[in-house]
Amino acid sequence: MTTTNTLLAVNDLHAHYGKSHILHGVTFDVGQNEVVSLLGRNGSGRSTTLKAIMGIVPPTQGSILLNDRQLAKAKSYEICRSGIAYVPEEREVFANLTVDENLRMGEQAAKKGATQWTVEDMFAYFPRLKERRNVKAGSISGGEQQMLTMCRSLLGNPLVILIDEPTEGLAPKIVSAVGECIMDLQRKNVSVVLVEQKLTIALKVSSRVCVVGHGQIVFEGTPQHLMEDEKLLADWLAV
Amino acid sequence: MVSAGLTLIFGMMGVLNFAHASFYMLGAYFAYSLQGSIGFWGALLVAPILVGLVGVVVERFFLRRVHHHGHAHELLLTFGLSFIITELIKLVFGNYPVNYQIPDALNFAAFTIGGADYPVYRVLMGAIAIVMFIAIYLLLTRTRVGIVVRSAIYRPKMVEALGHNVPLVFMGVFGVGAALAGLAGAVAGAFYTTSPNMALELGVIVFVVVVVGGLGSLGGAMLASLLIGIITSLAISIDASLADFFALFGAREWAENIGGLMTLQVSSLSGSIPFALMLLVLLVRPNGLLGEKD
Repeated sequence: MTTTNTLLAVNDLHAHYGKSHILHGVTFDVGQNEVVSLLGRNGSGRSTTLKAIMGIVPPTQGSILLNDRQLAKAKSYEICRSGIAYVPEEREVFANLTVDENLRMGEQAAKKGATQWTVEDMFAYFPRLKERRNVKAGSISGGEQQMLTMCRSLLGNPLVILIDEPTEGLAPKIVSAVGECIMDLQRKNVSVVLVEQKLTIALKVSSRVCVVGHGQIVFEGTPQHLMEDEKLLADWLAV
Repeated sequence: MVSAGLTLIFGMMGVLNFAHASFYMLGAYFAYSLQGSIGFWGALLVAPILVGLVGVVVERFFLRRVHHHGHAHELLLTFGLSFIITELIKLVFGNYPVNYQIPDALNFAAFTIGGADYPVYRVLMGAIAIVMFIAIYLLLTRTRVGIVVRSAIYRPKMVEALGHNVPLVFMGVFGVGAALAGLAGAVAGAFYTTSPNMALELGVIVFVVVVVGGLGSLGGAMLASLLIGIITSLAISIDASLADFFALFGAREWAENIGGLMTLQVSSLSGSIPFALMLLVLLVRPNGLLGEKD
């Protein structure tokens, strides 16, 4: 399925960890203002797909086009500067820096066609961060760290943001705040690629879902289509 | 004090750089060769820049290739480099001290304490070291570059994914670190002797300072260098031995009969005190005085 305004197009992406072949030709695309979820079991290659797009695990084959610009061979920092942001599963806050300094780390120059974000916008999303702005990021709670990583990446003014397991290990209240934030991003002209374990959240926020299995996309369609396909759910998502 | 300035970047980078003391020596020799043509102050300015460039080249073409193999390789590489630099210096300048002197304009006493002149140049060296510390501290804590440097040490991949050119940052930091060592050398070389041995003499003490202060800790390096400086100079002035201590309990003769360590003057031990301190710190606080826990 091709959307009318394709922003990010991933085609036949392969990646390896050492000698093990993890991605076997992942192909999907993301349109403007779209939230696409990558679903699948642990170890199916969802996180690796995000890392490969970001250049953290360098792709061994395939193409990644952002607005028709080839990024498959680019360095991480070039990929970020061209408009893709990444929120890692491990959060990776800079524990020795304050919340404020962490946010400053994410700031990047404005990009053509991208929404501009300020630190104040971030504090409006998550007022908790404002209270904690001068605290070392290593000593804030897991939920606050998650907010911080998302905000840090948004300050790079991305066109697309890749978010890996944002709700893992968070309290229900924060989970819904993160869900709200993701849906709001879409309204603010930022596309999202989401890797999410919690099916309910993923189905609620996504306009499209891709099911990843054995390093390939085995299903692509609307959340509604997915829920109607019982065999698929049983085979690839163990629901 | 100058060695304090030296340790600083060196600890911050998390790279075990044995060649750092060689950069210090290069600074002294560059300043020595340049002062004839551009004067003492000019040499003090240009020599560090040249050393910084050497540092950049070393990082870009040598260290970067072995970085992913871990600390042991970096250590070996820089260890080898330090030998090469020393031998090159010997080839060019000869295996003896060169006549690198403080300009006469600066060679007078600043003040006199207890009949001993305190040279103005020593004051200058202290001032330069302090200014260096403050400048780096502000650079690292107040500027965006500083924030990037501090986080790149811990999470280079994430920093790169946030759009920062990490290899370039590392190259810059290494260059600045080398330049600072060069400045220290250019300043200190004129006061002490500029000879092919100066790197070796300094190198060991620098490692002690970094280990005692805590690897990568700015304040720690400062504290350790002060501590070592004070303790050693105090030790030099103590003209007593363990036998004198036992004399308090009327056991002087017994102690003097044993001899050896018992009759050794504390002042003659001052050279080994930094190492004893290092041993103590490693036993009690393996992360160093102000080192961060992993």
